[in-house]
Amino acid sequence: MSTISGPAYVVGDNIDTDQIIPAQYLMLVPTVPEELHKLGSYALSGLPDDLYPERFIARGEETSRYPILIAGRNFGCGSSREHAPIALAAAGCRIVVAESYARIFFRNSVSTGVLYPCESAERLCERIRTGDLVEVDLQNETISVGPARRRLKSLGEVRPVVEAGGIFQYARKTGMVSTP
Amino acid sequence: MTLTEQLLARASGKKTVSPGDNVWVNVDVLLTHDICGPGTIGVFQREFGKSARVWDPRKVVIIPDHYIFTSDSQSNRNVDLLREFARAQQLPYFYDVIDDPTGHWQFDSSRGPLARQYGDRYGGVCHAAVPERGHVRPGEVFLGTDSHTCTAGAFNLFATGVGNTDAGFVLGTGKLLLKVPPTLRFRLEDELPKGVMAKDVILEIIGRIGFDGATYCAMEFDGAGIASLSLEDRMTIANMAIEAGGKNGVFPADEKTLSFVQESCRRNGTHAQFEPVESDPDAPVLAEQTIDLSALEPTVAQPPNPGNRELAQRLSSVRIDRAYLGSCTGGKLSDFLAFAQVLNGKQVAVETFAVPATPLVASELHRRQIDGKSVWEILSSAGVRLTENASCAACLGGPMDTFGRLDRPMTCISATNRNFPGRMGHKESKVYLASPYTVAASALTGRITDPREFLPS
Repeated sequence: MSTISGPAYVVGDNIDTDQIIPAQYLMLVPTVPEELHKLGSYALSGLPDDLYPERFIARGEETSRYPILIAGRNFGCGSSREHAPIALAAAGCRIVVAESYARIFFRNSVSTGVLYPCESAERLCERIRTGDLVEVDLQNETISVGPARRRLKSLGEVRPVVEAGGIFQYARKTGMVSTP
Repeated sequence: MTLTEQLLARASGKKTVSPGDNVWVNVDVLLTHDICGPGTIGVFQREFGKSARVWDPRKVVIIPDHYIFTSDSQSNRNVDLLREFARAQQLPYFYDVIDDPTGHWQFDSSRGPLARQYGDRYGGVCHAAVPERGHVRPGEVFLGTDSHTCTAGAFNLFATGVGNTDAGFVLGTGKLLLKVPPTLRFRLEDELPKGVMAKDVILEIIGRIGFDGATYCAMEFDGAGIASLSLEDRMTIANMAIEAGGKNGVFPADEKTLSFVQESCRRNGTHAQFEPVESDPDAPVLAEQTIDLSALEPTVAQPPNPGNRELAQRLSSVRIDRAYLGSCTGGKLSDFLAFAQVLNGKQVAVETFAVPATPLVASELHRRQIDGKSVWEILSSAGVRLTENASCAACLGGPMDTFGRLDRPMTCISATNRNFPGRMGHKESKVYLASPYTVAASALTGRITDPREFLPS
């Protein structure tokens, strides 16, 4: 997969894991398929309604129409719940482009391989609006909105892990763990 | 090398490591609980096979603590899933809610939220329970499926939170690929004045550097001021390293650390060989700050994040609807003793909830006395809703029937660790974070209150 395109959903700074997946849904176990689907249906439901009248998952729906999430600084701060990247992915999100990430969210996205956690030096959350059509070229690490094409920061050393599909696939490729 | 570099070098079998190195470390303890344990087990079985064995049963610690005293059936089921796994894998360190190893956990809501509903082995809040139960040893690498795992760094460990997938990987291999973080060093000097607690220290630090100010970094606490801090004080400080974005918080080991750990391991019969690490005085760090403890004042983090610092005395116009004491940050015995000191002989003006972090703390509340009255009596007579059921409770909101949960838009002052929108329940509620002293003084007046005027001189 080298490009991801579609409408973007845009959030601001410091979106913590409670806003990504509120704690009252953490009893759902992500490795149980029907509970995973349910987790996805609550993705970003913790965002305040007044600041985000347009919802990530429309009322009455269980998945999102936004494959691309654009965020400001410190996205995914707070708890270590892996439910956060997993819920976003289960809702249909494929990639997050943030100005910066909290450490554990970034790590969980890489280890699970469910989301590309890309970074942009530019403050895209103020240039892109929810619903704008965006295309991310993962091969060349660029993001385009209309004719304007911008560079993303390189995924660097974690790229092979995300591309392998997470830490297990990566570790198998490199001989760290054997296949069961 | 800094403390964190020493710890990661040792755990990866290398002479030296530098910030930015990716190293495979051997894990000494893996901790999990009821909301991440079932998913971690799911990853482990999916990747290593249904009949796979964990890498070392004595290095796995499972402590259900989050959603325990709730009628939510999926939450009750999650405790059963942990029990089944612990039994199948013969894990010696599973701190079950109930005593029957073949039973099922079901919270009995008809008995109300206050009366004790756990068995003899129950641990309570995992980060407060691991030192009590002999699972922290200086010099080790301690990973847990919870962001506040960094609390254990108070005991000279490398301790950090990981997700289910990483934890599932550790369960199968005993190893994890970790990046060596750069270190921010905080030199604590002098001693805390009256009315100021460890919670104020960490709120001051997070306020100074910003709540993403330590992202990807180790926070190393050092300096002559450490000697005056108890281990519980150090736990409170290390606990909130994550609230500055830190990967871990870590303290040097001193006599207090060594005697506590030896005694705890001996009492619990856990493995007691360990070797602390020391920081090289000239080890390069990313940045260094000095905190004069004697100059600190009661501090509050205003919503919507833990870095939004203000002095308590400047917030006296803020009215509150609720006060809350509890969690890995503010539910330890020293937190309760401070709380009771302020409330002794007085009445709270707003509804006030208190949740001990562990069963041991709960039982000590009946035993410890101030002015001839037990702490339990002092809080009960002050009008505090006090439960025996030690758990994370409303610190993170939780299921709708969680004790103390903010179910409507309201303003709460809390001794817990996070105040993001919706953290304690309703997403329009507002949470102010403060020390147990400040929470107690504010409970008495119904507005945010500097506690120093309420303390006996």
